[in-house]
Amino acid sequence: MDANATTSLSPEVFEAMRPYMLENFGNPSSIHYQGRQAHAAVEQGRGRVAALLNCDRSEIVFTGGGTEGDNLAIFGLMRPGDHLITSTIEHHAVLHTAEHLQRRGIEVTFLPVGGGGANDSNACRVDPDDLRRAIQPNTRLISIMMANNETGTIQAVEEIGKLAAEAEVYFHTDAVQAAGKLTIDVGRIGCDLLTIAGHKMYGPQGVGALYVRRGTPLEPLFFGGAHERQRRAGTENVAGIVGLGTAAELAAAATDPGAPFNPSFGLSALAKLRDRLENGILARIEDSGVNAGNAPRVPNTTNLWFDHVDGEALFIALDLKGLAVSGGSACASGAAEPSHVLTAMGLPKDRAKASLRYSLTQDSTEKEVDAAIELTTAAVGRLREIAPAYA
Amino acid sequence: MSAPNNTIAVAMSGGVDSSTVAALLKAEGYELVGLTMQLWNQRRLAGHAGIPEQVRGRCCSIDDVYDARRVAEDLGIPYYVVNQQDRFERDVVRPFVKEYLAGRTPIPCSLCNDHLKFDQLLITARQIGADRIATGHYARNEYDPGRNRWILKRPADASKDQTYFLFGLTQQQLSRTLFPLGGYTKPRVREIAAELGLASANKPDSQEICFIPGGDYKKFIDAYLDEQGEAMPDSSGELVSTSGEVIGQHHGIHNFTIGQRKGLGVESPTALYVIQIAGSTSEKANQVKVGSEDDLMQSTLHARRLNWVSIPELHGEMRVKIKIRHRHEPAWATIRMIDTELLAQFDHPQRAVTPGQASVFYDGDEVIGGGWIV
Repeated sequence: MDANATTSLSPEVFEAMRPYMLENFGNPSSIHYQGRQAHAAVEQGRGRVAALLNCDRSEIVFTGGGTEGDNLAIFGLMRPGDHLITSTIEHHAVLHTAEHLQRRGIEVTFLPVGGGGANDSNACRVDPDDLRRAIQPNTRLISIMMANNETGTIQAVEEIGKLAAEAEVYFHTDAVQAAGKLTIDVGRIGCDLLTIAGHKMYGPQGVGALYVRRGTPLEPLFFGGAHERQRRAGTENVAGIVGLGTAAELAAAATDPGAPFNPSFGLSALAKLRDRLENGILARIEDSGVNAGNAPRVPNTTNLWFDHVDGEALFIALDLKGLAVSGGSACASGAAEPSHVLTAMGLPKDRAKASLRYSLTQDSTEKEVDAAIELTTAAVGRLREIAPAYA
Repeated sequence: MSAPNNTIAVAMSGGVDSSTVAALLKAEGYELVGLTMQLWNQRRLAGHAGIPEQVRGRCCSIDDVYDARRVAEDLGIPYYVVNQQDRFERDVVRPFVKEYLAGRTPIPCSLCNDHLKFDQLLITARQIGADRIATGHYARNEYDPGRNRWILKRPADASKDQTYFLFGLTQQQLSRTLFPLGGYTKPRVREIAAELGLASANKPDSQEICFIPGGDYKKFIDAYLDEQGEAMPDSSGELVSTSGEVIGQHHGIHNFTIGQRKGLGVESPTALYVIQIAGSTSEKANQVKVGSEDDLMQSTLHARRLNWVSIPELHGEMRVKIKIRHRHEPAWATIRMIDTELLAQFDHPQRAVTPGQASVFYDGDEVIGGGWIV
C-alpha cells in the first residue's frame, strides 16, 4: 500500500515497451532505418506526454526521472544573484537542490505551510499570501509542488501561477505525485516548468519528463549532444519513453478533464477506498488521526498518526505481515528520520515519528483495505501492550 | 514466559560476528529479522573543535549498514535499520561525557548493552513479533532449573570473553537472548563466515569505542560540548603528590584516568602515575594525585548499582574472582554488602582500581554479578 513510492507497471505499458527491448534497438540519433524507427517511437511518446499535460510536444524534455526533472528545472534557471522561492514540504529533489544552491550563495526562501490542526483546510499547504510577500525584485523562480507525496495535499498552483505571471517570475511545479491522480493542464496552472515521473503513474522507473514552456531560457545539466533540443544530452531511453507515453495516455483517460482541481474527487472510487481505510482505522484505534485530513488531497493518499507507538516498530511489524506502507524519510543508512513534511506542519517530533503513509493504487480493493485495517489495529494494539509507556 | 516463538531478531552490525550469528540461526531453521541500530551519526560532529570535515568512523557507518544489508539479502531475511540515535545520546553519550567530566573513566559499551541492545532492541523485537534477540557477543547463557535462574558464562574462546560488558543483564533479558557464538572460537567464526561466503568474512575486528573514531575521547568531548553550545566546565586544578605536596597544575580532570603515566606535565626522576582523581564537587575539588607504581595498588574496592546474575542477592561473605577492567586477569577477593554498597577485599592488592569502570564477580566461568566501581 505504497503507491506513492512506486506504482506497479501497467500491463499495457509493458506490452508497448516490449518490442523496444527485444526487437528494435535503434538509436534515435542514427539516420538509418533503425534509428528512424526509434526516433519515431520517441516522438510518439512525446506527443502522448504533451497531450496529458496539454502542451506542445516541443515543450517536453525527457529525463531520467522526477529527481532529474526537478534538478534540471532549478539548476537550469538559477543564476548567481538570483532569488529562489520554494516551500518546506517539497520533495528532497527540490529541497536538497535549493539547500545546495543556498550553500553556493544563492538566496532561497522556504515558505512555511499551514499547521496540523485537525480542521485546518490549509494544513500542509502553502498560503499564496505568504508567497506574494516573499517575491523580491531578484526572484527568478518559484518551485512549489502540485501535490505533496506524504500527505497528498494539493497546493494552490493556479493561484501561484497567477502571482508568478504578475511578478514575471518563472514557476516550476513538481507534479510527480499529481500525474495520474489529478488533471494537469499547464495552461491553467500557468507554470513554466513541470516535472512528472513514469513510475508514479504506472509507467517504468528511470524515466520522466520536464515540461518547459517555449521561450524559457533553460540551461542543460548534461552536455555531450544535441538530444532533446540541446536541453538534455545523452542517448534516449527509448523503451522507457515509449512506456512513459503509454502511461501518460492511460493517465489522461483516468483523470477527468472536465473537473480539474475539483474536490469532487472525493467521489471517485479511489477516494472512497481511501476514506474507508481512514474511517476504519480511526474507528478502531484510539489516539489516532489523519495528518492534513481536512485539506484538499489527491484521492489515494492518507497519512495517519498513532500516539503512544514507536513508528519504526509499527512500520516493521506491518511489513513483516505483508503490509508495505511508508514511514518518514530514510537517512543515508536507511534509518527513519521524522518526516520533514510533518515537522514543517508543526507536528511534535514524537507524533511525526509515529505517522505512517498509506497510498492506494488503482488496483487496490476493499478486501485489501479491510485487511490493512485489521493488520494495523492488531499491530498498534500489540505495540501499546508491550511498551505502554513508550515515549 | 511461555515457550518463546520461533522468530528471532538478530542484532546485525555488518561485522563478521553478527553476520555469522544470522547464518547459523538461519541454518537451524529459525525465522529471522535482521536489525541494525543506528546509534550515532559520525558526520554529526564534523567541523566541531578539531574534528575534520571529512570524518570517518566505523560505528553505524553507511559501509557497515551496506554490509549488514548484503548479508541479510544473501541469507534471504528481512532487514531493517532502526533509528535509536535519541536514546543512544541520552543513555550512552551524555553519561559518558558526564562521567569523564566528573573525573571517572566510563565504559560506554556496558551502558549501550544495558539501555540499547538488551532493553530497547528487545522491546522493538517483541513489538515486531520476535520473542527473542540474538547477538554476536562472545558469552554463553543457559537456564539452570536447580537454581531456577538464567546463568551467564564465559565463552569457549576466553580471549574474546565479553561477559565483563554483560553483567548488567536482568534475568528476563537473559531469558530472551541468544549468544550463538559462545561455543565457538573467533578463528572458527571467521572460517564459518568464509565457508558461507558472507560479505563480512574478512572485515577487521572493531576495537575502539564505536562512536569515537580514532579513540581520541578528549577531542570527542570537546567537539560534543561545542556542538551542544555548552562550555567545557573548568575542572583545572592541582597535581599533588601522595604526601599532599603541590607539584604542578593541570587543565582539567577529564584529561586523566587512573594509572595514566603520560601527559602529566611534571618532571620527576621516577615514573609517576595518576592514582586518584577528585571530582569537582568533592572537598579537594579537581585535585589529581600522582604517585609511584606501588601507590596504584589497592587492596579494596567499593561498588554500587549492583546486578546479581547467578544468585538472587548477596548474603554474608562470598569468595569470588573479580575482574576490574576488560583486560584484567580476575583476582581473588571476598565480597560483602555494607548497606547498598559492596565492599571487596582482595587477597592481593590490585593495580589501578578505577572509578567508573565495572567490577564483575566470577565463580569459575559463571558470572555471579557485578557493579560499578566508586
